[in-house]
Amino acid sequence: MTEAARARPKPTPETQHFWDGTRAGELRLQRCEACAKTYFPPRPFCPACGSREVSMFKASGKGKLYSYIIHHRPAPGFTPPYSIAVVELDEGPRLMTNIVDCPQTPEALALDMPVEVKFEKLDEQITLPLFRPARG
Amino acid sequence: MRRNQVAVVGAAETTELGVIPNMSQIQLHADAALNAIKDAGLKLSDIDGFATAVETPQQICHYLGITPTWVDGTSVGGCSFMLHVRHAAAAIEAGLCKTVLITHAESGRSNIGRTPRMVGPDSLNGQFELPYGVTTPASMFPIPVLRFMKTHGITHEQLAMVAVVQREWAAKNPRATMKEPITVADVLNSRMIAYPFRLLQCCLVTDGGGALILTSADRAKDFPRKPVYILGTGESVETPMVSQMETFNSSRAFKVAGPLALREAGITHKDVDHLMIYDAFAHLPLYGLGDLGFMPYEETGKFIAEGNTRPGGKLPLNTNGGGLSYMHSGMYGMYALQESVRQMRGIAPAQVPGAKISVCHGVGGMFAASGTIIFTNER
Repeated sequence: MTEAARARPKPTPETQHFWDGTRAGELRLQRCEACAKTYFPPRPFCPACGSREVSMFKASGKGKLYSYIIHHRPAPGFTPPYSIAVVELDEGPRLMTNIVDCPQTPEALALDMPVEVKFEKLDEQITLPLFRPARG
Repeated sequence: MRRNQVAVVGAAETTELGVIPNMSQIQLHADAALNAIKDAGLKLSDIDGFATAVETPQQICHYLGITPTWVDGTSVGGCSFMLHVRHAAAAIEAGLCKTVLITHAESGRSNIGRTPRMVGPDSLNGQFELPYGVTTPASMFPIPVLRFMKTHGITHEQLAMVAVVQREWAAKNPRATMKEPITVADVLNSRMIAYPFRLLQCCLVTDGGGALILTSADRAKDFPRKPVYILGTGESVETPMVSQMETFNSSRAFKVAGPLALREAGITHKDVDHLMIYDAFAHLPLYGLGDLGFMPYEETGKFIAEGNTRPGGKLPLNTNGGGLSYMHSGMYGMYALQESVRQMRGIAPAQVPGAKISVCHGVGGMFAASGTIIFTNER
């Protein structure tokens, strides 16, 4: 019930491939063909060199915990306390997410711990990339 | 920009600060503007340049009855007013206008006539941050701090001391919202808001406003108040998404704006008598001290914890009590500028004796933007 009230992203033409990817169980990033920069969030050109020659690829879904807070205030769709985290992907880019499947405590949430993507389906169109402590 | 060619000749805050349930947001703008105009000994019809943020220039100009020939609606968050000062100084030097009024006001607490700030679900923030439960600035601004602490060896006690020291300054200021002394234990036992930050490490939420009037330094000598000259300026932006900062170990926007202003002023850190670093949350003064090059990041927490920024310390910082204890209506930059001007005029409630150079450094959004103004009272 609480999940229904979480803010729901609305894709644009430039980001649709990312949300198509999460729906298909893939974390998709983009890479510049000219300068090899891997970047996020999605856009049809390279923010490092301006080239429009970019391609999309499936990322590993693995990364490490870069930083986070544990929010103790109410938010639609969440039961406090809950983590709001930034994960650094093995491919380089960072993204905001929630760390799930572990206690929402400083002890359980160690900086630099390995994490892996866990897809959370909101509805038929939108699946969010959440992360959990890496297994194995 | 050339040094000391433009001066602040009028400066005032709203008549009341804190909880102002009897005024809408545009009236708070007008209250601050009329106070600043009186302070400068001018009439509204003398104003030919105007800048504000959040509200549009046309909204406030029409409400006040001003017909400007130069306007600036730069709205990049709480440091917008630092950018306005920089742009106004350039405009005055270029001859686009003679007398600029800059206003800020926010019904941050009473929420009367406030312009709604919406984040669309199809914006980048709406797609890649909002779904993860970010709501208020308290859910976003502290996200980098654990990484900053780990990289630079900053402790929770040192971050608590930021709030303790600023309360010492606020205690000297009759207009400060919070004046009761606090201890590190008080900070670390206050209600958890967003780990690692607790209530006393988060800014206040209040009503208020402020206004500045600038003109050329040559004209400034004919005004009733002691002129406060613009010695150096800097500005930059990075990203509206805190998750997409280049690094959490520093702020790129700070590292561009601050050193740019210091170079333009032609001063070194040792020349700085008084410092304001916009403190929406307790980690910002540490970023500011490091990013502006006052000291290595590793020393910033210790520097504050050892009392170097408190009353009587060697680098007086946030001498009005800051956003943590003085007031914070939502876009605090204007109040930092007001305190720098008071210090340079020699009339601050907690005056730094003999201060000649003041650095005023602001942040906009969650490290999204930055502006730095360096003032002096000597030409």
